[in-house]
Amino acid sequence: MDQQLYTVTVFSENQVGLLNQISIIYTRRGVNIESLTVSPSSIEGVHKFTITSWSDRTLMEKIVKQIEKRIDVLKAFLYTDDEIVYQEVALYKVPTLKLLDEEHLEDIIRHHSARILEITREYTVLEKTGHNDETEALFEELKRYGITQFVRSGRVAVTKSTVEYVTLFLEEQARRRAEGLI
Amino acid sequence: MNEKITGAEALLKSLLAEGVELIFGYPGGAIIPVYDKLYDYTDRLKHILVRHEQGATHAAQGYARVTGRTGVVMVTSGPAATNVITGVSDAMLDSTPMVVIIGQVASSTLGTDAFQETDVVGITQPITKWAYQIRRPEDVAWAVARAFYIANNGRPGPVVLDFTKDAQTAMVEWNHSKCTYIRSYIPCPKINMADIERVAAMINAAQRPMIISGHGVMIAGAEKEMAAVAEKGDIPVVSTLLGLSTMPSDHRLYKGMLGMHGNIGPNVNTNRCDLLVAVGMRFDDRVTGDVDHYARQAKIVHIDIDSAEFDKNIKTDATIHADARDALEALLPLINHADRTRWVESFDRYAKIEREKVIDPEVFPTEGSLRMGEVVHKVSKAAGYKGVLVTDVGLNQMLSARYFHYAEPRSIITSGGLGTMGFGLPASIGAKMGAPERTVCFFTGDGGLQMTIQELGTIMEYGTAVKIILLNNNFLGNVRQWQALFFGGRFSQTPMVNPDFVAIANAYGIAAENVADRESLDGAIERMLSHDGAYLLNVNIDPEDMVFPMTPAGAPVDHVMLNATERLELD
Ligand SMILES: Cc1ncc(C[n+]2csc(CCOP(=O)(O)OP(=O)(O)O)c2C)c(N)n1
Repeated sequence: MDQQLYTVTVFSENQVGLLNQISIIYTRRGVNIESLTVSPSSIEGVHKFTITSWSDRTLMEKIVKQIEKRIDVLKAFLYTDDEIVYQEVALYKVPTLKLLDEEHLEDIIRHHSARILEITREYTVLEKTGHNDETEALFEELKRYGITQFVRSGRVAVTKSTVEYVTLFLEEQARRRAEGLI
Repeated sequence: MNEKITGAEALLKSLLAEGVELIFGYPGGAIIPVYDKLYDYTDRLKHILVRHEQGATHAAQGYARVTGRTGVVMVTSGPAATNVITGVSDAMLDSTPMVVIIGQVASSTLGTDAFQETDVVGITQPITKWAYQIRRPEDVAWAVARAFYIANNGRPGPVVLDFTKDAQTAMVEWNHSKCTYIRSYIPCPKINMADIERVAAMINAAQRPMIISGHGVMIAGAEKEMAAVAEKGDIPVVSTLLGLSTMPSDHRLYKGMLGMHGNIGPNVNTNRCDLLVAVGMRFDDRVTGDVDHYARQAKIVHIDIDSAEFDKNIKTDATIHADARDALEALLPLINHADRTRWVESFDRYAKIEREKVIDPEVFPTEGSLRMGEVVHKVSKAAGYKGVLVTDVGLNQMLSARYFHYAEPRSIITSGGLGTMGFGLPASIGAKMGAPERTVCFFTGDGGLQMTIQELGTIMEYGTAVKIILLNNNFLGNVRQWQALFFGGRFSQTPMVNPDFVAIANAYGIAAENVADRESLDGAIERMLSHDGAYLLNVNIDPEDMVFPMTPAGAPVDHVMLNATERLELD
């Protein structure tokens, strides 16, 4: 089946143990989590998980339903890259002397829109935000100076949609409760 | 201001506030404070001391399945916690409401590999609806209320409460209020009328519709509504294993059970109908066989309270996300009166073949050793067709499910999803305690009985009047059948040397007798049923008895074996 990178966002109550509940849903179905970010959301008290994985749509739809079935999960959504605005950040630690030997250093930094976070005699830390292929490209470029440390964050993403489904869900729940429907 | 009480007492008060009357349990170090308090509550809370914690879970399941109420289990930490895992997993797969309270080491020692510490929440999260660790007495009332709400609302299931010892002894002001709402959980979705209208139109337009009645129909108490829809539309109804007894066995429109050892008509007509209306079931692989050859010609309507079941195994054409009763009630006025006699009668042909080739030789044999089917039929009949069937797992399960007669709902308690050998004996105890006025007929095998046989002690202590019919073939019969059919008759590790079961029962003070031949069967059944109390019949069964029809695992549903040598010819 056609594999693709999918992004799942999960909105949940602030309860312990949710990360485990969500991750085992992937493991049980043999899907690897590529990246994972947990953070607060725009709604107070609501947590947001952003999870990417390579899989096919049918399986991902089932995974999202299983996630949403967990009691403390408010909503879970499945996205492909065209439906979201997303970003990652990468840090590169490179020996300073080697960098200084490079006559095009300025070009590289400009070209990649990278930033220097810290310079010491021994090392320099560069930062780049962007999509996976962009942080990867800078990695390739810096390789020849001997990268001593590299790290890339999980993906963070917001939707392109103009409808905020979680807010709607919470409003609907509040209304149902007020009307005694529950 | 309320008087302060211990967390242990808060737990008991909360259980009472939730209407609990029965706890199945077993004490130990990490739950002693609760058991100590229980000593003062025995007039209000009845505790059944089982003989193994697994038994507590299955007993709670039996109780829950026969009553519809939440079964309650209480055990200590560590090995007791791991002993309940099978029952918790079984309850999860078979949507059984259960709250399991497990003692835990003191919170200060959590994560230190303290004596009898095990990661209960970590282990049970994948097999529960909710698992929660109570570390403060202030959380007891909230967690218990939430546990009962979650266990028995929406699609029922097990909840585990992991209760640290210090939270049991610390003092708290107890205030219980029932949980009626969880923001992130909608147990019972509102009916969407557009879905109802769409499905009603599909049913009205269909020429050969077939309703599948699953466990969800029983859980929702939707038996009448389902029968009404079927009768109005003249629609045949078939059931899953757990859906048995949602329709009386002798109803004109009831056509039998689906699945690997189901009836021929329902399985074959799955691939003949033009519309499948599946209610409260989950298209388990034992029902579908090869999904690529499952009802390809039919439109599929799926009605379920759990939307994660939609399109999980079988692609649907329409769904109704709702409680089965709400859905069927809403559908009923929109269903046209119809006459589908020809379609309804199309099952007869297969019923006839099945009767001749399978049922008659199994249920009415005139020579040879006793067969499981005939014993089941005779017991069911002698119990006035009104008993509750509890089964273990294996041939005894399939044959008793097939040949027991169901007159009223909630008349079968069996381990479907997990297929847990050893489920039956403790489940029959819970069932009898939940429905003391009903005759509980428990059919088991010599293998499965010995997996939880120590619960005879529970039966002895509480005088639980279950009727135990041991269909004894001195084999792990169901595995033997597969070996006979698919592994060249190499009976690897399936013959079993058995003890004297009558002597064992007698040692527990339980009346028992051996039945060796056909002539003595009727009298023995009569003695068993008229005996005031538990009774064990050890019936010698033909070791070569097998269950048919059979759709081999992974084959299309209509590939039916009638016996070891004959296949059903399809036209
Ligand atoms: C706990 C457990 N272990 C193993 C199995 C696999 N299994 C399924 S049926 C069966 C044979 C059961 O034999 P018995 O209890 O004698 O019943 P019979 O099939 O002969 O009626 C076995 C071993 C199981 N279902 N559950």
